[in-house]
Amino acid sequence: MSATIKPVTGAQFSRIHGVGGYRPTRVIPNAEVLNWIDSSDEWIRSRSGIAERRWAGPEETVAEMSVQAAAKAIAMSGIDPAQIGGVIVATVSHLKQTPAIATEIAQRLGCGTAPAFDISAACAGFGYGLSLADGMVRGGSAEYVLVIGVERLSDLTDKSDRSTAFIFGDGAGAAIVGPSDTPGIGKVIWGADGSQADVISQTRAWDTAFAKPDAVNGAGEEIKWPALRMEGQTVFRWAVYDMAKVAQQALDAAGITADQLGAFIPHQANMRIIDAMIKTLKLPAEIPVARDIVETGNTSAASIPLAMERMLERGQAKSGDLALIIGFGAGLVYAAAVVTLP
Amino acid sequence: MATQTEVLEGLAEIVNEIAGIPVEDVALDKSFTDDLDVDSLSMVEVVVAAEERFGAKIPDDEVKNLKTVGDAVNFIVANV
Repeated sequence: MSATIKPVTGAQFSRIHGVGGYRPTRVIPNAEVLNWIDSSDEWIRSRSGIAERRWAGPEETVAEMSVQAAAKAIAMSGIDPAQIGGVIVATVSHLKQTPAIATEIAQRLGCGTAPAFDISAACAGFGYGLSLADGMVRGGSAEYVLVIGVERLSDLTDKSDRSTAFIFGDGAGAAIVGPSDTPGIGKVIWGADGSQADVISQTRAWDTAFAKPDAVNGAGEEIKWPALRMEGQTVFRWAVYDMAKVAQQALDAAGITADQLGAFIPHQANMRIIDAMIKTLKLPAEIPVARDIVETGNTSAASIPLAMERMLERGQAKSGDLALIIGFGAGLVYAAAVVTLP
Repeated sequence: MATQTEVLEGLAEIVNEIAGIPVEDVALDKSFTDDLDVDSLSMVEVVVAAEERFGAKIPDDEVKNLKTVGDAVNFIVANV
C-alpha cells in the first residue's frame, strides 16, 4: 500500500499588504540629457512626457535600492521580516548574474532562509513577481512574499542614442503579498510573445561585447558596452492596442468594470502610450491615472510599485481602492491584474 | 472598393481627430512629419485608425515608407 503525501493548504485569498519605493538622489533634468543628444526639452516632453529622471550613484546599487524600498513596504505591512517566506527580485539590470541578488537582499532584510531568486521579465517583471507571489501564498508555500522590481537602467543606456537616451531611469519598488480574508489580487493575465523578441532588446550579448574586436565584431570595430534599444513605432502599436485588450481581460477576469476602479497604474513606459491606452480602453475620465513618468522616466520593473507608492502618498488613490495594473516590455512579455491597494 | 477621393477624405478626418490638423490641410502632397507635424507615434495612431476604417493591413515595415498623405492614400487604395 502506498503512503499518502500530506496535503499543503495555503490562504484562500491574497492581497498586497504594503508597498515602498526608493528613488535615487541624483535628478537628471532634460537639460542635462541635451548634453549627450541633439534634441530639445520640448521634443523630449512631447514624445515621452518625461521632464526628469533619477540616475543612481555608485552607492545606490541594485541591492541597496531594493533593501530601502523593501524596508518601507515591510513597515507599511506591519509584519516582521522573519515572516517573509519568499523574496522575488525582478530586474534586467543587475549586471552580476551569479548569485541572484535576491539572496543578499533577503539576508540584509532579515528574512532568514526564505527562498530568494531573481526573475527576468523586463517591464512586466513586477506583474510576473506578483503572480508568482499570489500563487505561493494561496498554494501554501509561503505566508508572506516580498516582490521587488529594481533597475539601474542608466548602466544600460546608450547616451548617444537619441531615441532612448532620455527614456530610462533608475529606482526600486517593493510590495509585500500575503494572506487576505477577501480577494485582493485578481487573476493575473500574463503572457509572452517570443516572435517579437527583437523589438526591445540588449544590443549585444556580454560574450560578444567582451570578445576581441577582430574575433566577433570585425577588425577595427569599437567594442561597445551593451545597451537597451527598441523599435519605437512597433512597441507603441503593440503597447497601446494589444495591451489595451490585455488590460480589459484583467478587468473581465476580476469581474470589475472600469468605472469601479480607484486608479489605473500602467507601466510608466511613455506618456503617449499611457494616453493612447486610456483612449483605447475608454477609461472614464475621472479615474486617477499614474503619471509618475514625468519625474521618474521609465524604470522598467520598478515603475508600477513606484507609481503606486506615489499615488498613495499624494492622495491620488487610497488604501482599499481597486487599481488596474499592467506591465509590458522586452520579450515581449506582459502582465495585468486588478489589485486592492494597500 | 474605396476611391482615392474617399480615402483622402477619410484619412483627413482621422488626422484631424488624432493630431488636430484642419481637414482641408490634409492634401496629397503634404508630408506627415514636415508639413502636418504628425510625429512617429501619432503616425502609428493614424495607421491603426486607417486600418480599422478602410479594412487595409498596413505593416510596421510599410509605415516608414508613407512619407506623404498621397503615399498613404495610394497604399490604402491598392491594399483594400
